Amino acid sequence: MNHFWIILIGALVGSSCSILGCFLVLRKMSMIGDAISHSVLPGIVIAFLISGSRESLVMMFGAAAIGLVTVFLIQMFQNSGVQADASIGVVFTALFAVGVVLISLYTRQVDLDLDCVLYGEIAYAPWDMLHFGGTSIGPKAVWGVGASFLLNILVISLFYKQFKISTFDPALAASLGIPVVFFHYLLMSLVSISTVASFESVGAILVVGMIIVPAATAYLLTDKLSRMIMISIILSIVSSLLGYYVAYLLDASISGTMVAVTGVLFLVALFFSPKHGVLIKKWSRRKLLQQN
Amino acid sequence: MNWFSLFLDPNTQWILMGSMLLGLSSGVIGSFAYLRKQSLMGDALSHAALPGVCLAYMLTGTKSIFFFLIGAIIAGILATAAIGYITRNSRIKQDSALGIILTVFFGVGIVLLTQIQHSNSGNQSGLDKFLFGHAASMVKLDVYTIAGISAVLVVLCFLFFKEFKLLSFDPGFAKGIGLPTILLDQFMMLLIVTAVVIGIQAVGVVLMAALLITPAVAARYWTEKLHVMVILAGLFGAFSGFVGTVVSSMVNNLPTGPLIVLSATVLFIISVLAAPNRGVLAKTRLRVSAKSEYQPLTNQRVKEKSL
Repeated sequence: MNHFWIILIGALVGSSCSILGCFLVLRKMSMIGDAISHSVLPGIVIAFLISGSRESLVMMFGAAAIGLVTVFLIQMFQNSGVQADASIGVVFTALFAVGVVLISLYTRQVDLDLDCVLYGEIAYAPWDMLHFGGTSIGPKAVWGVGASFLLNILVISLFYKQFKISTFDPALAASLGIPVVFFHYLLMSLVSISTVASFESVGAILVVGMIIVPAATAYLLTDKLSRMIMISIILSIVSSLLGYYVAYLLDASISGTMVAVTGVLFLVALFFSPKHGVLIKKWSRRKLLQQN
Repeated sequence: MNWFSLFLDPNTQWILMGSMLLGLSSGVIGSFAYLRKQSLMGDALSHAALPGVCLAYMLTGTKSIFFFLIGAIIAGILATAAIGYITRNSRIKQDSALGIILTVFFGVGIVLLTQIQHSNSGNQSGLDKFLFGHAASMVKLDVYTIAGISAVLVVLCFLFFKEFKLLSFDPGFAKGIGLPTILLDQFMMLLIVTAVVIGIQAVGVVLMAALLITPAVAARYWTEKLHVMVILAGLFGAFSGFVGTVVSSMVNNLPTGPLIVLSATVLFIISVLAAPNRGVLAKTRLRVSAKSEYQPLTNQRVKEKSL
């Protein structure tokens, strides 16, 4: 049963992250996912210190708020003349440092393991069961991640058209009267919420990996946004399945292998994608030359 | 503990030396990285170093910083090559390529780390520290290594200053006058990788990126001249290394790495607010004075003011 729960958690994290990842990759903001996943740390710690528990919604909101603050600060420095990637780097490292200092200051009150936060241990997630009326109804992580997955699906499908236009052509979207800035921040808060929901059970590295890699792989395979989202979800599910199996064989970190498998899938797509693959392109060029 | 006895303690002296030199060299190299829009490269490379370090440990079985350095440099070169290959040969943009390489390399690194943990459990504690840094437990040999390598890095930046300057501002022109741009590009990457690797030891994977980026961005606010910026960034880096180390040795239980990064961030915020021409205060003052003495301006004067 534990096998099933771990794979389910991995697949849920993967799907909910890769939906958002598609938009981030297309908007050339992939590193913002990385930044948010690191900078929510102080939000988690502060929320934990205030509420005193790990499972409350307070934590979710605290982290989502910090995620928005991150994006806002990045935008602000960028507007004042700092290069985009440098302002990302300054902001997330500063916030992460604040988080680490807070953890070490309140190390007795805060029951958070820094190692666990960074590279996570999905293997322990199934033991943390949620009880409802005396009977256990599955691991807590499944409910948390599942809820954020549903939220993402709901918001993205409700505003699919708006997200699509403001991703591909923000100027057109603005001229059509779509509040581009609002959707920007909506997307960012979804990223923060998904990050926080998956953070503790699987670690930042799997979250960042699942945001960027399956979406980028899907980007190589198709030219249609709806298909890109579907493909990236399928890829993330496949990599959590395969990743778990490989980790089981090697007795290694599950999050690590899941990310490594997404990397292998990306490599395959990079070379053999029917339309954009490096080898396929080379081969068709050679065929063209021979015909001439 | 009072100030004076703190500086007399030889152990603290070592650590102070090490973190200041580290800040100095990474500030200097970070300036070039910033101007070439490669700030996040430091982040990617510090994550990508992990599998190299783990492999070096698995192959040699020792925790020597020298072998770690070689492993990490090889991993870093592979990572930069992969990022370059992906951006050149596919429709993936540079930011996604960075993210992919960062996460996949780090993921592989964690897999290797767990392998090491499972194979001989007693020996991996030093590797674990590698992730978050442990400036406080640096020994003399570590400081010697860091100091030596930092000095070499700074000297190399000084020697190749002209070439790097040209490469940062106008790579096309550099190529045109016959400089080996690809080679220089790789060389600069090598310097960044080296700085990252010696820094990971002290401040950890995540925060090493900050040592490269933050002092450089802060220095950029104060000047329009590259040599001033490089010197300032080095000074800012050294100063934050100093402050971070002193604070962490005075307050119990605080890790050095985050404190170094926070002091660099404070310097950055001061720069954002107070820098003479580009700072927020100066800009506000300019705007207010321009508003109060409004007069039809000639094109020439508008140009002067807006720059």
